[in-house]
This record gives sequence, C-alpha cells and structure tokens, in this order.
Amino acid sequence: MDKNRKVHQFKNPVLNWIEFRLPIISYFKKEYGDYPMPKNCNYFWSFGALATITLVTMIVSGIFLAMNYTPHTDMAFDSVERIMRDVNYGWLMRYIHSNGAAFFFIIVYIHIVRAMYFGSYKYPRELNWILGVFIFLLMMATSFLGYTLPWGQMSYWGATVITNLFSAIPFIGEGLKTWLLGDYNVGNATLNRFFALHYVLPFVIFGVVGLHVAAVHVHGSNNPDGIDIKTNNDSVNFFPYMLIKDTVAMCAFGVAISAVIFFGPNLMAEVDNYIPADPLVTPAHIVPNWYLAPFYAILRAVPDKLGGVLLMFGAIVILFVLPWLDRSKVRSCNYRPIYKWFMMGFFVNFFVLGYVGMLPAEGLYLLIARVGLLYYFGFFFFITPFVGWIEKPSKLPLSISDVYAKNIAPNIGGGEKGIPSPAMQKDTNL
Amino acid sequence: MAKKPKNKRRDFLQLSTVTLGAVGTAAFIWPFLKSMSPAEDTLAAGSTEVDISAIEEGQSITIKWRGKPVFIKKRTKDEINAAKMVQASDLRDPQDDADRVQKEEWLVLVGVCTHLGCVPLGQKVSDMKGEYDGWYCPCHGSHYDTSGRIRKGPAPKNLDVPPYTFLNDNTIKIG
Repeated sequence: MDKNRKVHQFKNPVLNWIEFRLPIISYFKKEYGDYPMPKNCNYFWSFGALATITLVTMIVSGIFLAMNYTPHTDMAFDSVERIMRDVNYGWLMRYIHSNGAAFFFIIVYIHIVRAMYFGSYKYPRELNWILGVFIFLLMMATSFLGYTLPWGQMSYWGATVITNLFSAIPFIGEGLKTWLLGDYNVGNATLNRFFALHYVLPFVIFGVVGLHVAAVHVHGSNNPDGIDIKTNNDSVNFFPYMLIKDTVAMCAFGVAISAVIFFGPNLMAEVDNYIPADPLVTPAHIVPNWYLAPFYAILRAVPDKLGGVLLMFGAIVILFVLPWLDRSKVRSCNYRPIYKWFMMGFFVNFFVLGYVGMLPAEGLYLLIARVGLLYYFGFFFFITPFVGWIEKPSKLPLSISDVYAKNIAPNIGGGEKGIPSPAMQKDTNL
Repeated sequence: MAKKPKNKRRDFLQLSTVTLGAVGTAAFIWPFLKSMSPAEDTLAAGSTEVDISAIEEGQSITIKWRGKPVFIKKRTKDEINAAKMVQASDLRDPQDDADRVQKEEWLVLVGVCTHLGCVPLGQKVSDMKGEYDGWYCPCHGSHYDTSGRIRKGPAPKNLDVPPYTFLNDNTIKIG
C-alpha cells in the first residue's frame, strides 16, 4: 500500500489508532463536520435529515413489532390485536410504526417539493434525483406490503386490487400475478412473502439512502437561490450550524408526530381494517393509504384497465426524466416568474388528485380526477419543456453572500437584520 | 482483420467461460424463482359439491371454491330473456348467453370482478345490481348483465365461468 499516505492526526490516541487502520474518522469529519452548507439554506433543507431519522425509527419499531407478529392468515389479525392489548408497550410500537409511515411520506413529499421548486434535480445533481425517485418507489412498495400484514379487510382487498394491476399486462399478466401471489388469490403464501419482503426492503432503502447522501455531498447541497458556492463566505460548516438547525427541526417534528401518536393514533387509519379479512366480502369503498391516493386517482380516472395501470406507473416513471425535460439552466423557481406558478399549480393539483383518490370515482370527482390527470402529464410533457424555452428568468444574484448584501441595502442603519453575523461566516482555516 | 491464432484461442476460452457462468447462474436462480409459484398442495386444492335444491327462482348463493367466491344463480324467465336478447357482437367481450350456461336457468360464475379482483354486489336482494340488473362492482364501477357479461365500466372481460358439472338435478360439482 501507499506508504506515503497522509494520516490525519487527532488529539485522542484511540481515534488515531482507528484512523491509521480505517480512515473512517476523517471521513465523518469531512462529510458531517467540515462539510460546507450554503448559508442561505432554510428549514426546507432539514427534511432530508428528518427522513433519515424517520427511516431509522421505522426500522427499529418494525423489528420489535416483528418479535410479536405471526405471518399466518389464521393468526395475523389476532397477533396484531395481541400486540395492541397484551404486549408491554406494544400499542406504542404499533402506533409509532403506523403513524411513522404516514409521517415518513409527509416528510418525503415535502423533500420532493423542495427539490422540484428549487431545482435541486438539475445539473450536476441528476443522479441524486434519480436515486431519490428510486427511494420513493421502494417506500411505496414497502408501505403497501406492510399495509397487508394486519390482515384486516383493507389489508386483504388492498393487496387484491394492487396485485391485480399486474394482470393487466397482456399475455404474461395472469401468470405474473399468480407467481407474485404464490396462489390464485391473496392467501397464506402471499402473506408470508409479503412479510419477508416488508422486513428486508427497508434495509435496501437504507442502502440507497447512503448512496443518495454520498451523491449530494459530491457537489454539495443546493439552496433557495439555486446558485453554487463560490467563496468561503457563501457557506457555513455542517457542524455545528446545520446540525443545530436540523435538531431544532427534529424537535418540532417530534412534537407533531407525538401529538398524533398519543392523541389521534387512528386519525389516518381506515376503520375497515379493524375487521378481519374476509375473501367473500369486498368493503363498499376500498381506500388506499392517503399518501398513495394521487396515484390511485390516476388509475381510476382512466376507463380502460391496461391504460389506467400504465398511466399510474407512468406518473412515477416520468419523475425519473424530469432533469432532462426541464431545459432551463436556472434552478430556483424564485427566479423563474412564469414556471413558478405552474410549479405551485402542480403541487396543488397533486393534492387535489390525492383528495379525489380517497372518494368514490363517480360524477364530479371523476371529472376532477381526469382534469388533474391531464395537468399532471401536461406539466411534464408540455409546460416544463415549453416554459423553459420562452421564459426570461429574473436576474440571479452574483453569489450567495450577494443575496444578503441586497437584503440589507434598503434599510442601511436599520439594524442587523439580514447581515451575516461574524459567527455565521465560515472559518477560513478549513 | 485477421486475428492471431493465439488470440482466437483466448477469445474462445473467455467466451466459453462467460457462457458457462451465465448458464450456471441462471440454473441457480431458477429454483428460487420457481419456489414463488403456487405450491403442489395449493394446485391440488380440490373440487366442491354444492346442493342447489333449496335455491328458489331469482335467488342466488355464494360458495367458496379454491379461496374464491362462486355465484350460483337460478335465473328468472325475464333474466334469461334479457341475457338472450343481446347481440354478442355489440359486447366488449363478445359471448352468447348459451356459451356461458349448461342449463339456461342455472348461471355459475366466479364472483371476482375482472378489473381488479373485487367481489361484485348483486347477490343479496338489497344489493345494487347495476344498470343491466346483474352485478355491480363497487370498487371502480363495472356493470355486469344477467349473464355476468361486462357491459359498462373499466373491467375488460366477462365474469369467468368455472368448470362445473351437474351430478344430478340437485347437485353441482365445481372444479
């Protein structure tokens, strides 16, 4: 090996001993200590950290639930009820896990909204975006598998409807569905494999999250103005500034999720899932988890089985190519006077799709879902490429520090608001 | 571009190694994939005999066969006529009523919507039966007629007819 390798020296001899054999200490110092964050990042930039913390919480609570859960059609429902009634703090584990899933999606949706609005998906972070969409896909698969496990009516019929989507594929569809289920309908074989996959997929997610974070650290984080760090004056060290900021965000998040876990643990649950699965009776309304409802609305908006399935999967796949559909070089929508409004319209539209996805697909709701579907795909295929071509972006600041210089210009002498304090200036002895 | 014999030999070795490796990997993966298909005991799930003597005209019962609901309906004269009146060529999944029944008053169907697998309503008197007076799937709004054929909504096919035989006038064997 390279005898001339420079070994970082720390004050602590134990750290030195480790560093000499495995340079992991300097890696963490570089990536989570000295890592430069743009100093204009707002709280939207805390949602990546929140998502990571939620993922770990989900894995831990899930492992403890698995210790008391039985993946068998005759016993699954009862074992979940036993967790709720007899297992010490079982109710807490389960409510953390079920509400944690919902909050995980809330956080990830905000994280995606941030990435879209401030153009984080653009050069040079395209691969980062692709990994992110991949994580989103894995999350949807994992949450669907997990929703099956309590073996209530919604579990059973949700699993039936979703696995039947595959039967829409011409020629191989029926065979593929049977292979996925291990039976001709959702049964014990299905429950067993769903449990096995639900256990392992979060660790796959964890791995992809590692790549996702490593990728963002190569070119650094984006920021609300969408311009690159040019000098040391533009950034602050991750430690302690961003760590403290993320901790504040985590406290706020902890309050919000605790309020739901302790005071409204079933707010986001479906009543029908407290009825044991019955293969002979379909509930009047099969409702997906709210966080998957926008895609369910797209599925139902199409009067053709294969077409609906293709558009639903297409709605997710299209996200992968967003970096190439958007031709504008300006990242942040703050400097894109036209696209900004279409982008906000997209978020509202997504919300509306989710709302009608939870309601019966008929009459006005069906019409709204169809208009929403048109806007969803229109946004990607027409608005995004076209607006990037005709729009004249506002003038970008020269640097991130320049943003603050402009902010203080109108009220010189009016106080310290907006002036980066000396403490915020990054140490130059990096 | 003529290659030297030495290179040819190396190419051959490389190619055969890669090929053998690929075949070996595929052979190794196959049992894992195949283990996910329905097991032998699942495939062996047998047939079900049903006593139909108690079913009145216009009445319908639901039984469980291979984990799925099966509808057995004794149709009224009106329902049979309504099913026969339809021109098969006008349908999404063209099929004559005569091809879907063995005895025209007895309709036997797999009660699973061909869209996304819900159980359609229409078995109880109080149920919604849809615009064609047969079955109506509440999940995504598919309407089936009195022969179980798809008439309106997203489902692509008619309700399946399972294999069945009349053992005598009062007993049907399904499967």
